[in-house]
Amino acid sequence: MGPETLDAKQKAAVEEVLKAYPAKAAKNRAKHLGVGGPEDESQKTCGNVRSNKKTVPGVMSQRGCAYAGSKGVVWGPVKDMVHISHGPIGCGQYSRAGRRNYYIGTTGVDTFVTMNFSSDFQEKDIVFGGDKKLSKCLEEIDELFPLNNGITVQSECPIGLIGDDINATSKVYAKESGNTIVPVNCEGFRGVSQSLGHHIANDTIRDYVFEGTKPLLGEPIEPTEYDVAIIGDYNIGGDAWSSRILLEEMGLRVTAQWSGDATIKEMAQTPKVKLNLLHCYRSMNYISRHMEKEYGIPWVEYNFFGPTQTIKSLRKIASFFDETIQANAEKVIEKYQPMVDAVVNKYKPRLEGKQVMLFVGGLRPRHVIGAYEDLGMEVIGTGYEFAHDDDYKRTKDEIFRSTVIYDDVNEYELEAFVKKLQPDLVASGIKEKYVFQKMGLPYRQMHSWDYSGPYHGYDGFAIFAQDMDLAINSPVWAHSTAPWDKEEEA
Amino acid sequence: MQEVENIVNGKELFKKPEYQKVLADKKAFEGAMGAVNPGKVEEIAEWTKSWEYREKNLAREAITVNPAKACQPLGAVMVALGFENTMPYVHGSHGCVAYFRSYFTRHFKEPTPCVSDSMTEDAAVFGGLVNMKDGLKNCAALYKPDMIMVSTTCMAEVIGDDLFAFASAAKEEDGGEFLPEDFPIPYAHTPSFVGSHITGYDNMMQGTLQQLNEGMKGEKTDTINIIPGFETYIGSIRSIKSIADAFGANYTMIGDHSDQWDMPAGNYEMFAGGTKIEDAKQAINAKATLSMQKYATTKTMKMITKRWKQKESANLNPIGLKGTDEFVMKLAELTGKEVPESLKTERGRLVDAMQDSYPYMHGKKFAIWGDPDFLIGMVSFLLEMGAEPTHVLCHNAPRGWEDEMRALLDTSPAAADCHVWAGKDLWHMRSLLFTEPVDFMIGNSYGKELMRDTGTPLIYIGFPIFDRHHLHRYSISGYDGALNLLTWITNKVLDQLDEETKGIASTDYFFDLIR
Repeated sequence: MGPETLDAKQKAAVEEVLKAYPAKAAKNRAKHLGVGGPEDESQKTCGNVRSNKKTVPGVMSQRGCAYAGSKGVVWGPVKDMVHISHGPIGCGQYSRAGRRNYYIGTTGVDTFVTMNFSSDFQEKDIVFGGDKKLSKCLEEIDELFPLNNGITVQSECPIGLIGDDINATSKVYAKESGNTIVPVNCEGFRGVSQSLGHHIANDTIRDYVFEGTKPLLGEPIEPTEYDVAIIGDYNIGGDAWSSRILLEEMGLRVTAQWSGDATIKEMAQTPKVKLNLLHCYRSMNYISRHMEKEYGIPWVEYNFFGPTQTIKSLRKIASFFDETIQANAEKVIEKYQPMVDAVVNKYKPRLEGKQVMLFVGGLRPRHVIGAYEDLGMEVIGTGYEFAHDDDYKRTKDEIFRSTVIYDDVNEYELEAFVKKLQPDLVASGIKEKYVFQKMGLPYRQMHSWDYSGPYHGYDGFAIFAQDMDLAINSPVWAHSTAPWDKEEEA
Repeated sequence: MQEVENIVNGKELFKKPEYQKVLADKKAFEGAMGAVNPGKVEEIAEWTKSWEYREKNLAREAITVNPAKACQPLGAVMVALGFENTMPYVHGSHGCVAYFRSYFTRHFKEPTPCVSDSMTEDAAVFGGLVNMKDGLKNCAALYKPDMIMVSTTCMAEVIGDDLFAFASAAKEEDGGEFLPEDFPIPYAHTPSFVGSHITGYDNMMQGTLQQLNEGMKGEKTDTINIIPGFETYIGSIRSIKSIADAFGANYTMIGDHSDQWDMPAGNYEMFAGGTKIEDAKQAINAKATLSMQKYATTKTMKMITKRWKQKESANLNPIGLKGTDEFVMKLAELTGKEVPESLKTERGRLVDAMQDSYPYMHGKKFAIWGDPDFLIGMVSFLLEMGAEPTHVLCHNAPRGWEDEMRALLDTSPAAADCHVWAGKDLWHMRSLLFTEPVDFMIGNSYGKELMRDTGTPLIYIGFPIFDRHHLHRYSISGYDGALNLLTWITNKVLDQLDEETKGIASTDYFFDLIR
């Protein structure tokens, strides 16, 4: 009998995992687990998994909520606005400054990203309603933080349940004060994950930023033929900056970042650009489609993880522009190639053949695959917290081999898959980190880059390679087994 | 561009000239005041340091800025993880649970198991009964806990779900396949819009003890229950146990999460340690219950003294010398034993150390914030060392705390300059630090921005601590815990002394080798 194929092992793992569930839950989860094949045209989505459905209760999902999608992801990084966590104290506290959306500014004076503003609902606010309190909150923010360029109201669960009208309250106050006030109905119970929060937040940008009336500070942007916006880059560890530099080097002008290190002015003027560059499709395809429809701005998805995808993306972006830009793109590629070669030469021998399992959100479960493969590493499992079918369709194009696909994977499943498939590295979030490290498995947090980064662009790839090497080849993993146990084995 | 022989992450990368240019050029498109008129930013920044700003800031009625508290279910999750093979289960949205798990995990650098029943919009309309039935069953089937402890998010509280009825219905529908009739499912309502995380701790602890002990009243035992409270120092729980062990006391630590959040490497088991369920079910028959955090156990202790009628029960606070002495004396009284030699020696060593280091803490002004019990203990210790707690801030101060703290501060010769700030947040603290500066701050990671803005050195003691490693493994309770406090504080004072005297050929005459 030959060695068990990867594909067979993966399918067996899926079957085995499902056995642990009661019947109803098993039936549900079966639809979210599968094995994707890169060449398998019969698969409608990668591994034929279904997605964006309600989470099975009681299973320890890693998912977040709509509030997390709006406040935590889309709006939170907009630096010159104050974002109120509207409702009880917890949500804002747990999500404070965790995503490493880097920005330049004087925090507390003209920028506010890492702060936590909360309306801190008490029982009386639940019973009698919190609209008056919200009004007062807005007033106090304008008084104490006069350089804010707008305020968003991020609804927590109770708001939609007690019948508060944050839209009316915001409208009245905006009129009185002249400030931009954005009410966001992103209560945590809406939708099934962060995803609906992204969508709701996108819609409010459309309604309150594009349609905003407050004068913007400074001179308006004079459009040029080469203006682009980076959409769906949250500048985690500085990602958008290490992307921006490449676009500028090829002669484009990046007039806006959405929404890492963003200002409301950049966003408001984005409808003037020639092309929208969309990195995180999941969280910001909505606004990109809107700008296409409303302003005729085309958008293009790109991927700045790892040189193979970066090169492809640079050429794709350049193809929207004239020959000068296209020639510049080639020059950029040429300029960085020796550095990339040196990085690969340095790290590939140390990482080649190492297997990786991923579980992240947004774009990363497919976008980072190429970066691992550039280093000779093999991704054998991946999945998303909150993807939709279109994400899984796109994933099919990014996988290199038979890959176990798990949508909304929970603690039990991920642990079981890892035990069964024995990868050399697990790359996921903070909640799972120490589970796998206890097992002696190298681990990297792929939400926060484990307090490193940036990982985007050429410079980011070098850091990515170094970090993966650090994780996999650290001496610490060898200490798990005590010498007396080693002797027993021998 | 990266140099392959010296790859740097963002910290150094963005200092390179090509990135400095990127960042500078970006300003042309920005509308933040710093990009348009930096002078204005400076002007407002200065204004935020003024007494005028402080008055406006302290007059805030509605908006909370940079809070120093969290919400109820967080505390309930901690209670559950202090019991053997017990899964915390939060009835409500899974977003909340993702937050609780991340929050604890970032502090302890340990996994934090907890499930939710993922209520969504339809559950908000029709109630969460179906979610609870499926959720309890799935949780029991997958993770095989011996107990599931149910708390609630604010969503479930607003719609008013009936936990007891739901849990019963879940068992009935399951018919014993995964949830046997006698499977313990203690529950508590933990609305996020009432109190804080310590209120949730109290509610969950009270609910659990009450429900597990129903019909268990029997012969009184000589056991002493010890409830640690919302204790984020693993070492503190161990210190308390070692003191009780020194007496040879027969005790049960009720809600002991010290193993759960301190698992050795090698393999992973979801649950470790914790109070045995059968021991928890005997809590009612103990001769006394000692709470280590009275403000985190108000309701629990009320039940124990009033309904369980455990007359000898007491609220203690074993942080600092006096607090530990009181705990030790209480154990001596309850066990009828002399204070053991080992503790006498340990105490003597602590006092010796305090007498060695006192010049460096004496008269130093401190700002400190945190949970109410933590503050009572910490301020006692600062006073024992002759320090001056200038600003004592408790965002989640319960009734009675402010008076107790005031009375404590009034024992200081510097009482007039020591201020209590109940219900205030860390943006208030910023104003206090600018207008009435102190020498050092003691607090959690949220003090980091205060450290940056005001230049006041921060001594990391509290919860949560995300950006310093392993401090939570140490003790801040008992004599050994007090020694840790003394060490951390004194050495930070000395570090700062070096910082301030290291100027070559200007101040370094005071840069002493020996102190």
